[in-house]
Amino acid sequence: MMPNNVNITNIITEFRQDFAIIANWVKFGSKILDLGCGDGELLQYLRKSLEVKGYGVEKDDANWLACLKNGSNVIQMDLEDGLLGFEDQSFDTVILSQTLQAMHHTEDIVQEMLRVGKEVIVTFPNFGYWRNRMQITGGRMPVSKILPYQWYDTPNVHLCTINDFDQFCKDHNISVLERRVITDAKVINFMPNLLGNLAMYRLKAA
Amino acid sequence: MTENISVGTHSAGTGAVGSGSVGIVAPKIAHFNAPLTLKSGAVLPQFDLVYETYGTLNADKSNAVLICHALSGTHHVAGKHSEDDKYPGWWDNLVGPNKPLDTNHFFVIGVNNLGGCHGSTGAASINPATDRPWGSQFPVLTVEDWVKSQALLADYLGIQQLAAVIGGSLGGMQALQWTIAYPDRVRHALVIASAPNLTAQNMAFNEVARQAIITDPEFYGGDYYAHGVVPRRGLRIARMLGHITYLSDDAMGAKFGRVLKDGVKYSFDAEFEMESYLRYQGDKFAGEFDANTYLRMTRALDYYDPALAFEGDLSAALKHVKAKFLVVSFTSDWRFSPARSREIVKALLDNQCTVSYAEVTAAHGHDAFLMTGAQYHAILRSYLSNIEIGNNDAK
Repeated sequence: MMPNNVNITNIITEFRQDFAIIANWVKFGSKILDLGCGDGELLQYLRKSLEVKGYGVEKDDANWLACLKNGSNVIQMDLEDGLLGFEDQSFDTVILSQTLQAMHHTEDIVQEMLRVGKEVIVTFPNFGYWRNRMQITGGRMPVSKILPYQWYDTPNVHLCTINDFDQFCKDHNISVLERRVITDAKVINFMPNLLGNLAMYRLKAA
Repeated sequence: MTENISVGTHSAGTGAVGSGSVGIVAPKIAHFNAPLTLKSGAVLPQFDLVYETYGTLNADKSNAVLICHALSGTHHVAGKHSEDDKYPGWWDNLVGPNKPLDTNHFFVIGVNNLGGCHGSTGAASINPATDRPWGSQFPVLTVEDWVKSQALLADYLGIQQLAAVIGGSLGGMQALQWTIAYPDRVRHALVIASAPNLTAQNMAFNEVARQAIITDPEFYGGDYYAHGVVPRRGLRIARMLGHITYLSDDAMGAKFGRVLKDGVKYSFDAEFEMESYLRYQGDKFAGEFDANTYLRMTRALDYYDPALAFEGDLSAALKHVKAKFLVVSFTSDWRFSPARSREIVKALLDNQCTVSYAEVTAAHGHDAFLMTGAQYHAILRSYLSNIEIGNNDAK
């Protein structure tokens, strides 16, 4: 448990690099749905820092249990089946953090998020990051901290670049409210598709 | 109100029933003299509820957990009645010291529902107006009536608010109903392998079971007590049917397959292991359960439908719920399928209730809720250990 008077910025370094930016995009006390919430770390962070009313969705048994243990509300279901059971516009923000690239039904889940959430946050590893390009140029599939898998055991099936996702939003009539690109916790403004490792989008239905 | 409701002494020194057991327990009877008006309008002039408790009620009475039983359950949830008992209570794997529902922390109450046949007032009890068994005259009960009577038992035990109500199947309906009927009297509801109402198919099984009983020549319209017989054949078939629906196809296949006991005999005897199992279960049940109770339990299942008064809108029915929820379903449960549990979850989400939902991978079908699957029990243990006692942590 964190004491209330601790400065949040001092704590965020302990968390995943994208958490602080997500927290900036989430309103205090709002209603949050975190899809593919893993062990519930982000939910717990948002609950403690912003007193959100949060729910997680998680398929994996061990992750689900970890969520329950840390006091998160967690619904066990497969995102590939959509967000059946969640009403239209019933959440302030729906988050899909570093999970988009592992989804089979990519278009469906983005549409479902835009249906359920007034706003949507999507983050994904930027496949256009120069280190990934270097590895490809060297003849091998990229393996890195953010893409830790070998080609044969990766859950990632829909990797994309920032330019790809921008085009996706245009094609699907999705408004990009804000975009942040970061590499090792540093915000990248110059040539983000080349120099950015993690892409973060705040979206809403146009 | 004068009895000592602590049974803490039962949990120690009875090594014969094994560690983690609540030990040797004894049922108690609560007598209620005030008339109870039922949902049907019928009035029970007075009634008894038989119950057991495990663990110790704490000073501010904030650690009480009620266990609601399903179709054929009883108040005897955990422990044994004597060292010689072959089996412990029906949910002994859940309840005891250091078990998922830890009696070192919680005061656990098991109660035989009204209309039951294990000590609470039911059709076999004496009707004070006639000095004869109630039989066919015993009213048809509902889940709402049970919960009302359970709340009276909580009053009797001096408990204003339950830390949790837990139930599987029909018991889960009672847990749900508690949160609707008494939103301020229950902090957590664990609704397991349950549904917000029965589907037509599910009710159809109940109807076949009841027809088996009612058409048994020894049923005598429900007044078989006077004839010194019981409708064994009907009850036996009802139970056999039930058992088929409590198991998944895979579980039955794994348990019995097509195994023959002693080769093909070209007869209608119990040649397959599966047949032996069903006959054994049917016979056992027919020898110990009351047919009038079975009729009423299945009817309570059929009638329960909290959304009915809200034009089928379950979210509206749960509007005033305050309890926090754990909803659990099992993948192979086709009698109370995960989809039905998800309806409860959706209605809770619509009301911004605190809820977690687990869809446990299990091969056993509906029966899985009484088993000890590692993930299932880890879920129950984790959820229950997070329940605060000693203060009110309701929403």
